[in-house]
Amino acid sequence: MDQFTLNLLVVGATFALYFGIAIWARAGSTSEFYTAGGGVHPVLNGMATGADWMSAASFISMAGIIAAGGYDTSAYLMGWTGGYVLLAMLLAPYLRKFGKFTVPEFIGDRFYSSSARLVAVICLIIASVTYVIGQMTGVGVAFARFLEVSSSTGLYIGAAVVFFYAVLGGMKGITYTQVAQYVVLIFAYTIPAVFISLQLTGNPLPPLGLFSTHIESGMPLLAKLDQVVQELGFGKYTGHSDTTLNMFLFTMSLMIGTAGLPHVIVRFFTVPKVSDARASAGWALVFIALLYTVAPAVGAMARLNLINNIYPQGTQSDPIAYESRPDWMKNWEKTGLLKFEDKNGDGKIEFYNDKSKDEAFNTAAAAKGWAGNELTVNNDIMVLANPEIAKLPGWVVALVAAGGLAAALSTAAGLLLAISSAISHDLIKGTLNPNISEKGELLAARISMGVAIVVATYLGLNPPGFAAQTVALAFGLAAASIFPALMMGIFSKRINNKGAVAGMLAGLLTTIVYIFLHKGWFFIPDTNSYTDAQPLLLSIKSTSFGAVGALINFAVAYLVSNATEAPPQKIQDLVEGIRVPRGAGAAQSH
Amino acid sequence: MADNTSSNAYWAANKRLIGLCLIIWFLCSFGFGILLRPMLSGIAVGGTDLGFWFAQQGSILVFLVLIFFYAWKMGKVDKEFGVDE
Repeated sequence: MDQFTLNLLVVGATFALYFGIAIWARAGSTSEFYTAGGGVHPVLNGMATGADWMSAASFISMAGIIAAGGYDTSAYLMGWTGGYVLLAMLLAPYLRKFGKFTVPEFIGDRFYSSSARLVAVICLIIASVTYVIGQMTGVGVAFARFLEVSSSTGLYIGAAVVFFYAVLGGMKGITYTQVAQYVVLIFAYTIPAVFISLQLTGNPLPPLGLFSTHIESGMPLLAKLDQVVQELGFGKYTGHSDTTLNMFLFTMSLMIGTAGLPHVIVRFFTVPKVSDARASAGWALVFIALLYTVAPAVGAMARLNLINNIYPQGTQSDPIAYESRPDWMKNWEKTGLLKFEDKNGDGKIEFYNDKSKDEAFNTAAAAKGWAGNELTVNNDIMVLANPEIAKLPGWVVALVAAGGLAAALSTAAGLLLAISSAISHDLIKGTLNPNISEKGELLAARISMGVAIVVATYLGLNPPGFAAQTVALAFGLAAASIFPALMMGIFSKRINNKGAVAGMLAGLLTTIVYIFLHKGWFFIPDTNSYTDAQPLLLSIKSTSFGAVGALINFAVAYLVSNATEAPPQKIQDLVEGIRVPRGAGAAQSH
Repeated sequence: MADNTSSNAYWAANKRLIGLCLIIWFLCSFGFGILLRPMLSGIAVGGTDLGFWFAQQGSILVFLVLIFFYAWKMGKVDKEFGVDE
């Protein structure tokens, strides 16, 4: 059986499973549509949160970015896991006690103001739509490869599938399908990693393999990798070439963004008790850590394998000829995400860093007749191409395609649900038309999902970065707007309606303007005034600005609140109430 | 709900525990993984140094332990103050 048929079979089988579960658990009432009736076990909830959380960014994109960036990209690993510590301690238990459906509902009630709720809805929509753009990029890459079409066609097909998928079921369908998706994606991620770790280090556990000895050279794997990348003019893999300031802020943005993303927070509304909300965050992180401890090994090993593929005789010898390139390169060329350009006309694939700062290397490269790097590999293909590069059996390749799609679909669905509930529940029912029928609310929810998909698909055609970078921008936005409002709402009784609204607006606007200045207005290419290579402020890249935005949010909220009257006694009692676990009922809509 | 003084004491106990956990959280990620990495460069771990290990693996393991420790300890604090569910 050829690879294409195998891909279709495996991906088709997993899809049949998800749709089957979605139909079986089809949402009936609004309460089920949003939160699965509040009766989900912490371990299952943790697994579903894991699937919700680990998107195309984590599965498809992150290891590729780590492969290219090495130590500098550790922010993704620490940021996307460390946020759960904040979530478990600073937000989840109290929001569960509060017992409503959506994040804007909490902000609206706590800050006794429908404008606060409205601002929260806007923050949520902006962050979530940006996040969906990243997912669409990932879905496009995955579909492009396994259907062997261009990445734009892959994107259209992916958008259609996401639409049917998310509109069909609500949260309940999603909770159980997401458990299934978690299982598919974690096997798809770890199985090839185990094979590759065995090939390279003899250690079956990739997280240990990363720090083991490379069999072929007898050197530690990371030392070998440092050596080969430097021989090609790249920066040392384990070296620190980003600024400490930017890395610090980037990690912080991702962490507090994690704790501020509505589609993750909603998960904690569905557990039976407050103590379960704390434990659920832990279980979620267990299932997430299974992938996140494997990802750095996947990244490092993929980079080494890629270089070995192109320089089978070692980096000091000549690279392979284009004519004798391996099949995986031919396959990926069809998607347009891998390109070869024979700059010096010698028919060989010179893959190196042509912008090296090492003059001796540049001179040596020129002396060999190298006229510039000839191979462009999109970071987002690394994970999907990884099993092919390592020459693993066809079923593993098919499984990875299925896993990548599971990751992208589950997160896209969770985000679309958060967007649609913000629009139908918070905006329409909560502000514009409180008398809307339950049926009308569900219809509005489904229409807003459709609109969000169309917008995200359009912007996904020209994404502002690799999937994980686009997603990182979404985190920055959530970090700057939602997290501070939630945290202050719980930990301070003094922050009032005016402070919260001013804080959220200040955080959101500064961050979004900073992002647009670097990535183009509304992500339209070539409308940017700065680049991340030469950012506006110090060395702060647009992906890292969320932490600064959050600081602005905190400061503005504090100053404005202290200059205006204290919140009424009723609100101070509400804050007292959510701080204590006793008396938490099921999640309520009113 | 418990009376006001005991609920204040409960909240203070919760904040103390959170403070302790967040110090460790900060130290093992931003500290050992980023800011203090140069100071730890002498400690070799599998072809690189301890800071790299913390940044790409160690911090995640610490986060896991922290959350379960907090959940367990808060369960005890809840009972102690009579505010458990």
